[in-house]
Amino acid sequence: MAASSARRDRALLLAGPALLVIVVFMLLPMAIAAVYSFLTPDPYGGVLHPFTPASYVRFVYDRDLDDQLIFDTTYLQIFARSVVQALFCTLFCLLIGLPLAWYMATRPPRLRQVLVLLVTIPFWTNLLIRTYCWVLLLRDQGLVNQVLQALGLIKEPITFLYSDGAVQLGLVYSSLPFMVLPIYGALEKVDPRMVEAAYDLYADRWAIMRRLVWPLAWPGVVAGCLLVFVPALGAFLSPDILGGGKKLMIGSLIQQQFTTGRDWSFGAALSMILMIFVLGALMWSAWRRTRIGVAT
Amino acid sequence: MQRRLTRSCFTAVAAVLALTCASGIARAAGDLFIYNWTDYTAPDVIKKFETETGVKVTLDTYDSNETLLAKLKSGSTGYDIVVVSSDFVPIFAKEGLIQKIDASKLPGFDNIEARWRNPSWDPDRTYSVPYDWGVTSFTVNTKEVKGPYDSLKMLFDPPPEAKGKVGMFGSPSEVMSLAEVYLGMTPCQTDTANMKKVSDLLEAQAPSVKVYNSDGIIDRQGSGETWIHEAWNGDAARTRAVNPDVKFVFPKEGVVGWMDNMAVPTGAKDPDNAKLFIEFMMKPENSALSSNFTHYASAVTGAAAHYDTAMKDAPELKVPDNIKMAFTPSCPEAATKLMDRVWTKLKK
Amino acid sequence: MSQKGFDWRRMPEYRLFSMLALVFLYAPLVVLIVYAFNANRVALIWSGFSVKWFVKAFGNEDLRRAAWNSIVVAAVATPVSTLVSVPAALAFERGRFFPGRAAGEALIAMPLVAPEIVTAIATLIFFEAIGLRAGLGNVIIAHTVFCIPFALLPIRARLREMPVDIEDAARDLYADAWAVFRRVTLPLLMPAIVAGATLAFVVSLDDFLITLMVAQAGATTLPVYLYSMLRLGVTPEANAAATILLLVSITAVVLSYLLANRRRVKA
Repeated sequence: MAASSARRDRALLLAGPALLVIVVFMLLPMAIAAVYSFLTPDPYGGVLHPFTPASYVRFVYDRDLDDQLIFDTTYLQIFARSVVQALFCTLFCLLIGLPLAWYMATRPPRLRQVLVLLVTIPFWTNLLIRTYCWVLLLRDQGLVNQVLQALGLIKEPITFLYSDGAVQLGLVYSSLPFMVLPIYGALEKVDPRMVEAAYDLYADRWAIMRRLVWPLAWPGVVAGCLLVFVPALGAFLSPDILGGGKKLMIGSLIQQQFTTGRDWSFGAALSMILMIFVLGALMWSAWRRTRIGVAT
Repeated sequence: MQRRLTRSCFTAVAAVLALTCASGIARAAGDLFIYNWTDYTAPDVIKKFETETGVKVTLDTYDSNETLLAKLKSGSTGYDIVVVSSDFVPIFAKEGLIQKIDASKLPGFDNIEARWRNPSWDPDRTYSVPYDWGVTSFTVNTKEVKGPYDSLKMLFDPPPEAKGKVGMFGSPSEVMSLAEVYLGMTPCQTDTANMKKVSDLLEAQAPSVKVYNSDGIIDRQGSGETWIHEAWNGDAARTRAVNPDVKFVFPKEGVVGWMDNMAVPTGAKDPDNAKLFIEFMMKPENSALSSNFTHYASAVTGAAAHYDTAMKDAPELKVPDNIKMAFTPSCPEAATKLMDRVWTKLKK
Repeated sequence: MSQKGFDWRRMPEYRLFSMLALVFLYAPLVVLIVYAFNANRVALIWSGFSVKWFVKAFGNEDLRRAAWNSIVVAAVATPVSTLVSVPAALAFERGRFFPGRAAGEALIAMPLVAPEIVTAIATLIFFEAIGLRAGLGNVIIAHTVFCIPFALLPIRARLREMPVDIEDAARDLYADAWAVFRRVTLPLLMPAIVAGATLAFVVSLDDFLITLMVAQAGATTLPVYLYSMLRLGVTPEANAAATILLLVSITAVVLSYLLANRRRVKA
């Protein structure tokens, strides 16, 4: 029909500028990276010509110290560990972010804007400095331990830092607004009459949350989870600074390849694998949504 | 009348000439873009250079040799002076990332101490000039850990009371080169049996290690977060200022030596100004000005006379003459691959 | 009929929880500011109130230049990426099927998904390959690219939630597409657009890996400067600089909020 094709053209036109920027300045560089993943690494950085899939093979079959090609699960373990960590981070952000966003969305408009401001202000400070401030707070002679000791609750300082917990704290801390703001955006327009009606029908707080808030917040939740999970997967600041650099995550591993490891092809290959994994999941969920759109 | 006219003409011409000369000097002076580690270029040095030559200096910063290598290798230009560690100079030269400056022909070259004029990483100083130098060993909190403080064994095989209180650098090459010194091996090992020994040493040390991070060492040692930490001697001096109990150790097995060098990247826009800066830095008083800021030793003869008291009295800078100093060369690919494998296995 | 005395909006447990969450968010900030005003160089030993670190930070020309560069880049990348995201969000949420939609979704998500170091180096190589040498402009372009998905998602989430019938009603009243957008969609979308712009601003201000690689001589930004400074640990000058930047951002936002409010009251 003429109307829908006009709509289609307009849709393309609207999305055009954003897509153009990304195609030129993102897709093309990524294509370069993809090509690099198939080349041989130059020992001093960069790549040389012979095309080879060796970098991809290395993900699963690596050479050990005796230069034997063995089935090596090291990189798979690192990958799996990063996925688990990112999932936990997303879960914690959701557990903290959803109630916070709901509380914010149900305040009077003036207070709401102040709360949004309050939630975002910490994030205008540099992330690196904020992470180091957590070090100052959590280390053995840090503020938290000093307070706990002053209150007489503990005798010896508790080592909070350089553990998985500290890394999670850092990840959750830096990802929280990316969960709160989208959910808030979705809940902000909730019709209070709906909530009142639910209460009139003898719903309790938990039922309200489960059957009213959650479905309404859903698009925000999806957006928030995406904005938290994906960057958390590739994160390296928190694992390095708060985790003490004792365990490698996929973000640090990839970074290592471009700096000390000097194997750009392997770094590019790891990135391609990571991207395909995530993009695959994204495209699948987008395709599913489109199909559901047809049904409704 | 005629004389007055001539005089005023003469004054006018002189004024015009003076103006053109002045603007000419301003135009000829130009810019200099320096690319160095943060907090590693003395502001006083820059001010003095700008006043003496009229060149406008812009300073940009990076965090490691590897970042610099990755950036220059990807084609980034615009910098006129970069500061490169000794083990990276041969790589940069081989890859054509820095240009020949034939420093031995520049005025002031004779100021460079004789032992630094023809180093293994840059024969005849074709590409670079010393910026400063130092050694890597470790610091120990003498209040918490009992002596004797004379061996790398304390770092690599820590006493039981220091379990979980040891810190190491975050870069595989620095950790492993010190390990190789401890085990009495030559640096840049390509022998897999030897690397296996290094790997075993590090794996045995790992449970005692709290952090693998090259940043914030002064904070960690100063506050007592760690008691034994791999460290550079200049940073150790800064740590001692914060916590007097922290001592830098010159172990009997030897130390790792390194030197940071100034080089001119290929494609630099102001190579002449870069050379001007290099000549400026080869003067003893300027080199000392820089060293007073960075807390690292200068390679220029006579600079020591201009050191401030903190530098003159620092025990960390009094490197024993007979100590074994292993200057890590730039490792061949096989060695880098081995180190990378050991490192990944360690952090698995 | 609502029961007398029962206000469903009173949620004391949620209030407590939210207060705790805010404390969590602000704890490092408190440390940051205390550290910046502490006369003692060592963080947790208070030796008196002092502004000497602020003076030192202001006097540090490189730090000032880096901070200024950061603000300029964020100030340009944020509106551009948000402006470009609004029509894109409309296209994805309102224009139902257009060819290559799934591919478009993947493309838009790509800057989020790719590991930063790879984007950083690949972008640098690409810029050099096409000979783009716009100084700070290179950084701005790179920032705009990764700000787009961040700006886009809250806007899309909001659009998906918004009922289409209001827009349909406007269309029934003979409003054309532009009028529908300007007078119905846009006002309703505003909070989400602001949320998206805020996210983009934050993300741009914080980025250092991509900036580190892509920046040309003279284009160092604050995070890049601080990242390499942290070899020596957090210094009070760095904290002072971060505090200054924070105060500048807060002032800018509060001012714009007040101005926007004033206009609304007048109308």
